[in-house]
Order: sequence, then structure tokens, then C-alpha cells
Amino acid sequence: MKNKEPLLSLENLTVAFGGLVAVSDFSLQLFSGDLVGLIGPNGAGKTTVFNLITGQYCPNKGRIIFQGKDITGFSPDVVTTVGIARTFQNIRLFGNLTVLENVLVSFHVRLRSSFLAPMLSLPSYWREERAIRKEAYELLEAVGLEDVTKEEAQALPYGEQRRLEIARALATHPSLLLLDEPAAGMNPQETQELMKFIQKIRDDFKLTIFLIEHDMKVVMGICERIAVMDFGMKIAEGTPEEIRNNSRVIEAYLGVED
Amino acid sequence: MYALLAIGYTLVYGILGFINFAHGDVFMLGAYFSFFMIGIFLLPWWLGVIIGVVLCSIVGMSIERVAYRPLRNAPRISALITAVGVSFFIENLGLVTVGARPKGFPRPELMKNVYILAGARIQGVTFWVPIISILVLLVLLYLVYRTKMGMAMRAVSKDMETTRLMGVDVDRIILYTFALGSALAGIGGVLWACKYPQINPLMGTFPGWKAFTAAVVGGIGNVVGAMVGGFIIGLVEIMIVAFFPSLSGYRDAFVFSILIIFLLVKPSGILGETMKEKV
Amino acid sequence: MGKEEKRDLALTLILFAVLMLGVSLAERYLNSYLIRILNTACIYVVAAVAYNLINGITGQFSLGPNGFMAIGGYTVAILMLPLVQKQQVYFLQPLIWPFNSFSFPSYLFILALFLGGLASALAALVIGIPTLRLRGDYLAIATFGFGEIINVLANNFIPLTNGALGIKGIPEYTNLWWTLNWAFWSVFMIKGLANSSFGRALKAIRENEVAAEAMGVNLFRHKLLSFVLSGFFAGVAGGLFVTLISTVSPSLFTFTMTFNLLIIIVLGGLGSITGSVITAFIFAFLQEILRVVEAPITIGAWTFPGIPGMRMVVFSVLLVVMMIFYRRGLFGGKEISWQLVIDWIKRKEIKIEK
Repeated sequence: MKNKEPLLSLENLTVAFGGLVAVSDFSLQLFSGDLVGLIGPNGAGKTTVFNLITGQYCPNKGRIIFQGKDITGFSPDVVTTVGIARTFQNIRLFGNLTVLENVLVSFHVRLRSSFLAPMLSLPSYWREERAIRKEAYELLEAVGLEDVTKEEAQALPYGEQRRLEIARALATHPSLLLLDEPAAGMNPQETQELMKFIQKIRDDFKLTIFLIEHDMKVVMGICERIAVMDFGMKIAEGTPEEIRNNSRVIEAYLGVED
Repeated sequence: MYALLAIGYTLVYGILGFINFAHGDVFMLGAYFSFFMIGIFLLPWWLGVIIGVVLCSIVGMSIERVAYRPLRNAPRISALITAVGVSFFIENLGLVTVGARPKGFPRPELMKNVYILAGARIQGVTFWVPIISILVLLVLLYLVYRTKMGMAMRAVSKDMETTRLMGVDVDRIILYTFALGSALAGIGGVLWACKYPQINPLMGTFPGWKAFTAAVVGGIGNVVGAMVGGFIIGLVEIMIVAFFPSLSGYRDAFVFSILIIFLLVKPSGILGETMKEKV
Repeated sequence: MGKEEKRDLALTLILFAVLMLGVSLAERYLNSYLIRILNTACIYVVAAVAYNLINGITGQFSLGPNGFMAIGGYTVAILMLPLVQKQQVYFLQPLIWPFNSFSFPSYLFILALFLGGLASALAALVIGIPTLRLRGDYLAIATFGFGEIINVLANNFIPLTNGALGIKGIPEYTNLWWTLNWAFWSVFMIKGLANSSFGRALKAIRENEVAAEAMGVNLFRHKLLSFVLSGFFAGVAGGLFVTLISTVSPSLFTFTMTFNLLIIIVLGGLGSITGSVITAFIFAFLQEILRVVEAPITIGAWTFPGIPGMRMVVFSVLLVVMMIFYRRGLFGGKEISWQLVIDWIKRKEIKIEK
């Protein structure tokens, strides 16, 4: 059952870049366990909303409340520590690092040892290192990448890179996961697997998921609620059926369906 | 005088987003080439200079072709390291071929004449250098804003990919930019040599950095800004020497500090534009 | 500690013991010229590994290590210079208080070195806080400017540094024991850091800052950490250097020094610690070998006049060529670990058995 208090509350977010208003008076609430989609034509401001949530941009107006705390203006690394993780529209992996190392980076923020400990090769550090390696392996197993842990991230095929990005985000122990166009560039079969995958991780890891997508199959298929943006503003919100029949949405897209 | 060098820096940076460390050394080459033309080939002064400057251009273009172009898509650090390498290469090659001892640069009568103005003795040089600089600037502004080449250069600086798609030969434009910038450096080198008639292979380093400071101060990517910056830096230097003679050794440190401060506080300089990264 | 880590540590200690044995043999049997080169190589190792930390691993292009080495060098020099020398050397203007009233006895050499490193680290902190916010090329310029400013200061702040004349007569405490130990332990520590979670965080910053931040890595603090540590070891290297050649002057720590370090780490592979160690040695030897090129060569009846400065030409060509064709350097960011050595031996054994 859903909590009464929203997990994430976006209130009247507005941000402009040198005269161009990217997001205008955007409000949305997400509850624990939700799987919500954010759609809209290109340039509508969807990724900007993500960037506002995770702290890459600071809103000119409005607030972001997460788990009851105001996190507006927090820098991205702090946002991660409070429990929000994300993937990127154009994959931002650590190319020269191995698959395992990519995931291990996410554990760094919770490291207890100081920088001196590994320099002096203290046993206390090695204990921590082994614990996080174990957990990282388990995570990679959960996403099906356990065979390629030693590969360089940039050598992976596209689909696996996307999964790695998700695994890396999951490693930060988030309560809320933001996925930016996770299905981009995927063929129909990969897309099907991705849809099942997203639902699986939502259940296994007790996540709330907020995703941006252009692929309507994905959006209509797994999202319980959908918000629609155009020109920086929210123009509709509702269940997939409601959105499908909403005339403003159809107008904005001019019938763009995959 | 720094203005000319600064413009060269700004041109290359504006177009490629790349700081050509070796620029100061091209400046030095300008002086040397002209020196050789005049001294060894016994050409009349102005002809020697022209050839010298042209040679500079050629060197600048070859540097681009050989050292920078292969790295066009590489991470920025690689290009910077290469630039440092090229700079060192030119300097040391100079040291090796002509030796570290300074040579006297022949000055034309025009520059040497001493005029008496309002009771102070001023060398002809002090007149001519700013005049020539302004002339060059005007020519340059005309080139950049009024000719097709110039427009192409500006287009590349805004968006290289699109310009390429529009059928413009980007590589040639870049070559041209380097040629222009290097020619300017060469002219600057000659003018400098007129003022301080001792030339040596390492003379390009400090003026090079100060010119870069000027470009930053004036706004990197903006030609007029580079000019303005050049004058400002030149003025500051003179003032320090005039008013704080005991600190004149620190003159260079001062200029560098200005550079650092500007980089921190106002990287776009007085007239320039900033570049932001998209997430 | 797990089995693998214990084994690695044990192997490392054994290596250390072997090296120490080597040093005592070397001191007895090798000529002093060779020892001088080895010393220089070890000092280069310390400086190069420090430089690789900030440039190669964290990906922040600093051009200022010469400044940090200078700070460390001068600090150690001023501390260790005997009072008698302080009078003699600073004849233009006496050394400022309180440094003119005391001097470290020889058993405090290690303390002097640490203080030298600390002074550099402090400078790195002061410089780093404002400049590490700059983007790649701007950071390079700013750190270069810093290096130059330090140089100018050294040349002009006569009451402290004796200006261009430099300081002579610094007692020669450095010997192969010191340099090899510092080289070994700095490699050990920096390698330890590089392979740890911190190392991964630093590399993540190098690979993709935005993503690193999104995964919780505080960019500024980590860049600063890398920069300050780099400064510390560079300072120690500087201190070792001045006590090796018993003089210090501003001309020792010009941009050329930065350039040398740059070549070393590029050749060895940006980000590869083992690479830098090996190329540091190669460089030290190469410098000497190329000295031959600079002196007149007589072949048969012809005498080729010596070309001073040819060394640097060769090096700069090398650098440019490497950048164009073989950017990854010798090791390309990979390391030799004990595991690799053992695997390699095992493979050889299998071959022999077959």
C-alpha cells in the first residue's frame, strides 16, 4: 500500500538559462514504490527536470522535497547520498575502468576508511574493500553482467553498457531511481527484456522509479502513471489510458507513436 | 605589442578551443627568420621582414598539420601536452642551431630615430609599434568580419560539425587560421626585435605568456578583446616598472598573478564569451 | 586481510629486502657516477609518481610540479644549511629570522624532508582551492603560472632564497639508502591509493566528472586530495634533490623540470605507476647517455662538434611523436601486479613442463 507522504515532491520548479525558460512551474509527486514515466517531445525539458532533481542545475524558483527534507540546490554528490540515483541519456560510463570498477565507484561514498588507510595498506581497509567487492559482484549478478566483470566498460556492447549504468546507479543504494531514456537505441527484443528488468529491480530493490522515455511501448507498458511535458510545462498527468486519450498530449506529439 | 600575439592566441582558441603553447615560439621565429633573411641574404629590410613573416606562417601551418591535426579528436590533455612538446622543440632547436647568445637585430632607420617630444626623448619605435598594431588589427577585423574566409572562420568557431556539413572545408579554414595567427606572431616578433634589438631563442616564452594573459583579460575568442587586453597588460607592465622600481623583478610574477586571478574570477575576460558543458 | 593481500604484502616486503641488499652491494662496488645516476633516477621516481597521481590518475592537467619541488627543495636547504654557511652564502642580504639562527642537525634530516613535503602540500592546498575549479586547459595555465611565480619569487626574494645565486654548501645527506627508500615507499603508498576506492574515485573523475559526481564522489575534495598529496611528494623529491647535489638555485626548478616529469609520465603511460617508475629510470640514464651526443664525437678522422641542448630537442621530439602515435605510453594505464608476475611465472613453468 502506498504511503500518504510523497517520497519526492517537486513544487513549482522553474529554471531558465540565459533567457530561455527550460522548465516552468513544474510540479509532481512520487510515492514510494511508484513507477512513473515522463514523456514529451524533444526539447520539452524532461532531462532538465532530472538535472534539477539530482542537483546538476539549481532551480530559479520552486522546491524539491525528498523524504520530507528540502534538497533544493544540493550538489549531485550529496543528492546521491540522500538516496537518489540516475542514469544518463548519453551513457556516461567510466570507459577505461572495468565493469566491476565502474560499480565499485558507487560504493566509495560510503567508505569509512580515510585515504591514509590504503596508502599504508592497513588491514581495516582491506576488510572494507572485500566487503564492497562482494556486494558489487552480487549486484552485477543481479543485472546479468557477472561474466564480464573484468572487461573494460567501453568495450561492452550497447545493451550491456546500459545495464551497467543501471547497476552502477543501484550500487549507491537509492530509494529513488531516475532512468533517462533507458531504452534508447534498443531493438524490440531488448526493449521487452528491459521492461521486465525495470519491473524486476523495482520489486527486488524496493525502489521508486521515475523514467524518461520516447518509446511508447515502454511507457504504456510498465508505467503506472505518466506525466507529459511540452515547452517546459506539465501539460497532463494520469494513467496510461488517460494520457493516450488526452487531446493536448496528442497535439503536442502530433501522433508520434512507436 | 602583446596585442598582436594575443590576437593570434585568441584566433586559434576561438576556433579550436585550443591553447597553442607554441605560439610564443613562432613569435621568436618571426624575429629570427627576418634576421636571417636580412643578414644572410642581405635583402632590404622590408623585404626580409615580409619573407620572414611568410615563413612564420608556413611554420605555423606545418605545426598544425603535423602535430595538432592528428589529435583533433583526442582528449584535450593530449593536445596540450603536444603543444608543450612542440614549444620545447622549437626553443631547443633554436638553441641548438643558433646558440643561446643573443644576436643583434638590425633596425631600420625609421625605428631608430629619436624624436624629441614635449621634452622627452622617444624612439621612433614607440610611435610605430602601436600604429602598426592598429593597422594590423584593422586589416584583421576586415578579414574576419567582411570576407568569406573570415565568416567561415567564425562559423567554425561556433559549431564545427555543422559547418563541415554545410560543405565548408574545415581543415583548410583551420590551416588558414593558423597561418594568420602565425603571421601575426611573426610580425610581433619583428616589432619586438625593433624595440629590444637583442634576439635569442628563448625570447618567445615570456612575451608568449603575457600575450596569453592579454588574450584572457580581453576575452578569449574575441579579437578586439585581445587587442584591448594587449594594451592593458603592456600598460600594467610599464606602470610597475615606473612606480615600483624595486619590484621590477617581480614584474613577470605580477602578470602571471593577473592571469590567474582573471582565470578564476572572470574567465570570459572583459569582452569574451564563456563555454559551458551540457549535462 | 585476505590471503591475496597477505601474499602481495609479503612479496613486496621481500622485494624491499632484496633492494636494500642491493643498495649495500652497490655502495661497495659501483662507481660514484653510476650511483649518482641511480640516485637521480630514484628522485625522479618520487616526483614522477606524484605527478602521475594528479595528471594521469585524476586527469587534472597540472603544469606546476616544478614549483612544488622548488618549495620542498628550498625548505630543506634552509633548514639543513649549517649556520656557518648561512653567513657565507647570504652575503647580499642576510637570511631572515628565524632561519638565520638555527640549523637542523643531521639526525633531523628526515624531519626536514617531511617539513619540505608539508610546505609543498600546504602550498598545494592554497593553490588548489581556487584553481581546481578550473577546466582542463585553464587549470594547466594556472598551475603553470604558479610554477613561474615560484620561480620569480625564488629569484627575487633574496632574504629568503638568496636570489639567483642560490644556496651552496648544503650538506649531502642524500644517498642511495634515502633515495631508494623514498622511491620505494612513495610508490608503495601511491600505488596503494591508486588501487583503492580512492583511486577508483580519482579515475572516475578523470573518465567522466559528471557521472562521478552523480555517483556520490565529491569532485572538489577528491581533486584537492590528489593535488595536495602530489604536492607533498614533489616537495620531498625536491628536498632529496638539493641535498644530493648540495646546491639549490632557481634554475634547477624551471619549467624544464616540469617538462622532464611530463615526458616521464607520458612515456610510461599516463596513469600507470609502474610505467612511471620504469621510465623514470630510463630517463635518468637517457639524460646521461645523451650527454654524449652533446659532446664532440670523434669518428676516425672527423670530429663532430658537440651540440649542447640536443638532449632537449630529442626529448621534445620524443614527446610529440609519442603523443601523435602512441598516446598510451609504454604501459597505457596498466600496472604490474604481483598477480601478473605469478601468472607469468606459472605460464613459463607450464611451457617448461611441456
